[in-house]
Amino acid sequence: MRRLRAAAAFATVTALAATASACGGGSDTGGSGGNDSPKSLTYWASNQGPNIEADKKILTAELKKFEQQSGIKVKLEVIPWSDLLNRILAATTSGQGPDVLNIGNTWSASLQATGALLPWDQAAFDAIGGRARFADSAVAAAGAPGKDPAAVPLYSLSYALYYNKKMFADAGIAKPPATWDELVADGKRLSKDGKWALGAEGANLANNIHQVFVLGKQHGADFFDSAGKPTFTSEGAVAAVKQYVDFMAKDRIVAPGNAEYAQNQSLRDFSTGRTAMVLWQAAASTFAAQGMKPEDWGVAPVPVPAGTPDAVKNVNSMVAGINISVFKNTHNRDGALRFVKFMTSDEEQRILNKTYGSIPPVKAAQQDPAFGAPDTSVLKETLLKSAAPLPQVPEESQFETAVGTAVKGLWADAAAGREVTTESVKEALTKAQQQMPK
Amino acid sequence: MTPPTPAPTAVGAQAPPERAERSGPPRARRRSSRAPGWIRRASLPYLLLLPALALELLVHLVPMVIGVVMSFKTLTQFYIRDWTTAPWSGFDNYRISVDFSAPVGKDLLDSFVTTCLFTVASVALCWLLGTAAAVFMQESFRGRGLLRALFLVPYALPVYAAVITWAFMFQRDNGLVNHVLHDQLGLGGDRAFWLIGDNSFYALLTVSVWKGWPFAFLIVTAGLQNIPKELYEAAAIDGAGVWQQIRRITLPSLRPVNQVLVLVLFLWTFNDFNTPYVLFGRSAPKAADLVSIHIYQSSFVTWNFGTGAAMSVLLVLFLLVVTGGYLLLTSRGRKSADV
Repeated sequence: MRRLRAAAAFATVTALAATASACGGGSDTGGSGGNDSPKSLTYWASNQGPNIEADKKILTAELKKFEQQSGIKVKLEVIPWSDLLNRILAATTSGQGPDVLNIGNTWSASLQATGALLPWDQAAFDAIGGRARFADSAVAAAGAPGKDPAAVPLYSLSYALYYNKKMFADAGIAKPPATWDELVADGKRLSKDGKWALGAEGANLANNIHQVFVLGKQHGADFFDSAGKPTFTSEGAVAAVKQYVDFMAKDRIVAPGNAEYAQNQSLRDFSTGRTAMVLWQAAASTFAAQGMKPEDWGVAPVPVPAGTPDAVKNVNSMVAGINISVFKNTHNRDGALRFVKFMTSDEEQRILNKTYGSIPPVKAAQQDPAFGAPDTSVLKETLLKSAAPLPQVPEESQFETAVGTAVKGLWADAAAGREVTTESVKEALTKAQQQMPK
Repeated sequence: MTPPTPAPTAVGAQAPPERAERSGPPRARRRSSRAPGWIRRASLPYLLLLPALALELLVHLVPMVIGVVMSFKTLTQFYIRDWTTAPWSGFDNYRISVDFSAPVGKDLLDSFVTTCLFTVASVALCWLLGTAAAVFMQESFRGRGLLRALFLVPYALPVYAAVITWAFMFQRDNGLVNHVLHDQLGLGGDRAFWLIGDNSFYALLTVSVWKGWPFAFLIVTAGLQNIPKELYEAAAIDGAGVWQQIRRITLPSLRPVNQVLVLVLFLWTFNDFNTPYVLFGRSAPKAADLVSIHIYQSSFVTWNFGTGAAMSVLLVLFLLVVTGGYLLLTSRGRKSADV
């Protein structure tokens, strides 16, 4: 009996400890990759189309072309956004990762700091046709300033205001709002009878960040100073966050239910005519997949503050986009570079960006008439003229989590009918800043 | 009382040497080198155990030790690629974790208190429901087998599939829960939020109890099989009612089963990661911020694995103390009962 109890206790203790110690570490620190398996590549793609299956279909057709050209077989895995960063972190820690991978361009500096990605120096860029082929703003969102980029831009995106033409016409509104004041005024006319003016993804941390970053710019605030220290509690940052949450708390043009949205439910609401506007990047293919006809919706630039135009305060989008990167531990470095060259070739850029509704970061491909359609021309103009990259600092991921969570909490307050004040916003942001690594 | 079946390894470790010694000595005596033969035979079982031991070390002990080592390092994204290069930070990670006047420590404490409340409530409800259902299912009646199988369904379902369904049901605007509570029963003024804000605690508790009580039901059902029928018959003759039979016979007889059951439920619930993660995503609302998901956020989401590891070690220490204390208390009680 005693022995049994001891055994049981031992088993319990070990089981316990194993549960709690969740993470291990690896120490595989291969140099800058080798070429010992030249006939195959593994590629982690991000989810760009309506769903994973669609992406597989779209990309497999292109990968076949690459295989015919180069004889290299590419093993494709499309990874949902909710898993991608964790998968990359795990691959970084273990050294066992793909050869080529897509990353959200806002992670570039964070991932660059881990040293897991191949730096794109002169030689690497030359291997894919030179750095000058790419738009500057897109390359600026591929790593910290002054360092060799950690990735190459693949798809570029910017935010736009999508609006439901019929709902606007029914409410007697002639044109989409150009300033926030107009948006709120129109919004109050649109929000009635169970319908709402604006959609939001209140529980989606990254989306919260994208929105408050732009509003922050318009209030003259950045979330990091020039030395890379967080400045979440500046007057402008507080005002930006408050303005965003006030769309629900004060202006009441966002449905309270949006506070818990995190799986693009706001797009579904838009497609089904329950909300009249969403701020989104390249949503056209999703709307079409959800049964909307292209003539049902309109696209306009994201509103800016009223008053005299000013280059900084007229920033109305982040430089959104996807970068493609080579994992430093690759076993097929030359093949990986060749694959990146293929994916960023003028031809593939045209095909892929057209399919996904994004803008090619490769300048030559931008000239294609397909990117002059009403939808994409708004995105393209925004990208060229009034988009700014999110802070390219190593702590960007922590910033997204800390501030994104703070905004999520404020949405929850607003939805529950609690007051959102400058003080409560400042308190939430102070807490977020305290969570940042010292 | 019948002790539960001993762990197979314990039997395996003991039986061979006894058999070997019993049959061994006569043959061994015939040989000239008596000692090596004896050693050979005695060491055989340990040799056979070696692979299991090595795997045990590899699977359990090595990750634990690595986790502890990590907790003494500043392990951020700058070092994860080769974490042996991460600088040692002494007890800094621990100091940050238990400094309850600073935000990180205070959040951990809040999360810890939430977890304790949640665990107590969940274990109590699981036990109550499981025991009640098991007692009701003891009498045989038509459809008993079907009901028993039905009760076990939540336990048999894959966690992710089950919890994601709950997440859909708890959605404010399109969820089943609000549809029933608000639209059909007309309870409350406004539709309630279940996945954000304070109600998230009850949403989490509901799912946890739903997922956990079938296990209690299963174990208590098994325990009830061991209570001799004669006890109930004798009690009935003495005029004891159903309630008295439950109080005087069923519950005391179930005591050893309950001791294990409550401990296991406690550990599972306290450490539960899947339920809150699937329900709330990577940042749980404050009211439902369980310690396991809090640690996940402190390490994986903010890329500070050292602090996360330190918090994990603190959690292990706490659970060790609780488990040790619990085993000590209950075994003392049992010893005096045995005498």
